Amino acid sequence: MTEYDIVIIGGGPAGLKAAIEAKDHGIENILIIERENQLGGILLQCIHNGFGIHEFKEELTGPEFAQKLVDIVEEKKIAYLLETTVTSINENKEVEYISSRGYNKIKARAIILATGSRERTRGAISIPGSRPTGVLSAGSAQKYLNMDGYLVGKKVFILGSGDIGLIMARRMTLEGATVLGVAEILPYSNGLTRNIVQCLHDFNIPLHLSHTVTNIIGKDRIAAIELSRVDENLVVVPNSQTIIEVDTLLLSVGLIPDNSLSEYANIQLSKLTKGAIVGNDMQTSIAGIFACGNVLHIHDLVDYVVNEAKNCISGVIAYLNNGNKPFEKINVINNSGIGYVVPHFLNPLKLKNKQRLYFRVTRVEQNVRVRLAKDGVVVKQFFKSHVIPAEMDYIEFDTSLIADCSNISVDMVKEVKK
Amino acid sequence: MKQEVICIVCPKGCHVLVEEINNELVFTNNSCARGPIYVRKELTNPTRILTTTVRINNALVNQLPVVSSGDIPKNMIIKCVKALKEVEVEAPIKVKDVVYKDLLGLGIDILATKSLEKSM
Repeated sequence: MTEYDIVIIGGGPAGLKAAIEAKDHGIENILIIERENQLGGILLQCIHNGFGIHEFKEELTGPEFAQKLVDIVEEKKIAYLLETTVTSINENKEVEYISSRGYNKIKARAIILATGSRERTRGAISIPGSRPTGVLSAGSAQKYLNMDGYLVGKKVFILGSGDIGLIMARRMTLEGATVLGVAEILPYSNGLTRNIVQCLHDFNIPLHLSHTVTNIIGKDRIAAIELSRVDENLVVVPNSQTIIEVDTLLLSVGLIPDNSLSEYANIQLSKLTKGAIVGNDMQTSIAGIFACGNVLHIHDLVDYVVNEAKNCISGVIAYLNNGNKPFEKINVINNSGIGYVVPHFLNPLKLKNKQRLYFRVTRVEQNVRVRLAKDGVVVKQFFKSHVIPAEMDYIEFDTSLIADCSNISVDMVKEVKK
Repeated sequence: MKQEVICIVCPKGCHVLVEEINNELVFTNNSCARGPIYVRKELTNPTRILTTTVRINNALVNQLPVVSSGDIPKNMIIKCVKALKEVEVEAPIKVKDVVYKDLLGLGIDILATKSLEKSM
C-alpha cells in the first residue's frame, strides 16, 4: 500500500494552506485529495470581494484568494488528485478513495480533514408544503450561476439573512432576476452590515426581520411562498401570513461542518460546533488525524481558516516527530455569553508561547469584556466594542498566564461605565 | 432635515446622521473620522466595485469570475453587467488579465480573478 507522510482531504483554502505549510516545513510526501475538478474549494464560487484583508492586506475576490494558494501549490509541486472522493478513513490512518480511475487504498502517517461544510436544507428546518422544484440552497444557486452560468429563477425569495443569502440577493438581481425579499427569523440580520447596504439597500430589496417561510406552494414548480411573522420566542404569530408569488426560493439557513468521514471513523464530535473535538494542536480523538477549516467549526473569514491551517501543521509536525505522550488535559470551557470555544482543550506538553482561542458570543452586545479565567480566577480581560454571534472572534494570550491548571474558561460581561 | 446613512467602513456600522446647515454637511453619530468621508461620498457620488462573471470558452468551467479595476458609479452597475453579457473570452486566461478595457467609457477595466487553462 502506498504510504504518504500527510494526506490532506479537501483542496479548499484550509487544505491548500496546510499543504503549503507542510512543504515549507520540509515534509516531502504530501497528497491533497479533492473531489471537484479543480482546487480552490468553496472560494471558487464566491466571486464577490472582501477576502484576504488580514492575510494579504488586499481586498480580493474568493477565486483570487484561492488562486494565490493554488499557484503556490503548483510552484512547490505538491501532489494532488482531482475528481477523487475519499470514502473512508480509519484509526489506522488508511484512506480509501474512488475516482473514474477506480478504487484505491493508501496509508498516511497523518491525515488532515479539510472537507469544509455543507448547507442546512429545507428538510432540516422542516418547511411545510409541497415539494416542487425551485427550492434550492443559496450556495447551490451560487454554484449554478457562477460556475455553470445558469440563472435558477426569475422571481426569487430568500430565506435567511446571513451573508450567503445577502450576496445571492445582489447576484441574482444583477443577472436580471427580481428578488422579492429576504426573510430572517431573528429580529436582526446576521450578515455583515456592508452586505445589508450593498446587497439589499442598493436594490431596494425588503428585509423582513422576525419572519419566516411557513408554506411552500406549487405543483411541479414552486408558485408561491407563505411568509409569516414570528414573536420573540420564534413562534409563528397567527393570522400574520402573506402569500408571495415566486418561481424560486433560496435557503440561506446555516452551514454545517461536513463530518461524514469523521462520524464513520468514530472521531469524537462536539455538539456545540458540530465539528471534531480537538486540542490546541488541532488533533482529533484519533491519534494522527487532525482537522482545520470549516469542517472543524464554521468560519466567517477565510483569513482565520488559513491561520488555523498553519496552526494545524504545527500540530501535525510535532506529532510526526514525537508522537503523542500521555498528558493532563486542560479543559477549555465556554461560560456565560460565549457559545463555544475552539480548541476544546489544551495539551500542556504541546503549548506554544501564545495561544489563540476562537469563539462566538451568544448575543449581540456593545462594549463588553471577554474574560479568560484559570481554574475560576480571571487572569486576563479583553475589551470588545462590538460583538455579534455571526462574527467569530478570538482572544490571544501568553500561555505562561495559564500554567499549572486543570481548566480555563471564557465568558463575557458588560463593561461597567464609570 | 437629518438623513441617515449607514457607514460600512468598519464592522461597527454606525448610523451616521447628516444635515445640511449653511451649505455645509454636518455629521453626527459617527464614531470616527472615516465615517463622514465615506458618507459624503455615498451622498454625492456613490460608487461600487463590480464583481461578476463572463463567458469563457474551452476551459473547465464556462464562467470566468471578474472584477472591475476601480469603483463604478452605483447607477451604472446594471448597465455594466448588461454590457459584459456580450463578452466571451477564450482560455487560457491568467488571473489579472484584462478581459475588457475601458468599460462604457468609464476608464475602468475588467480583470479576470481566476486563471483557467485551455482544456477540451
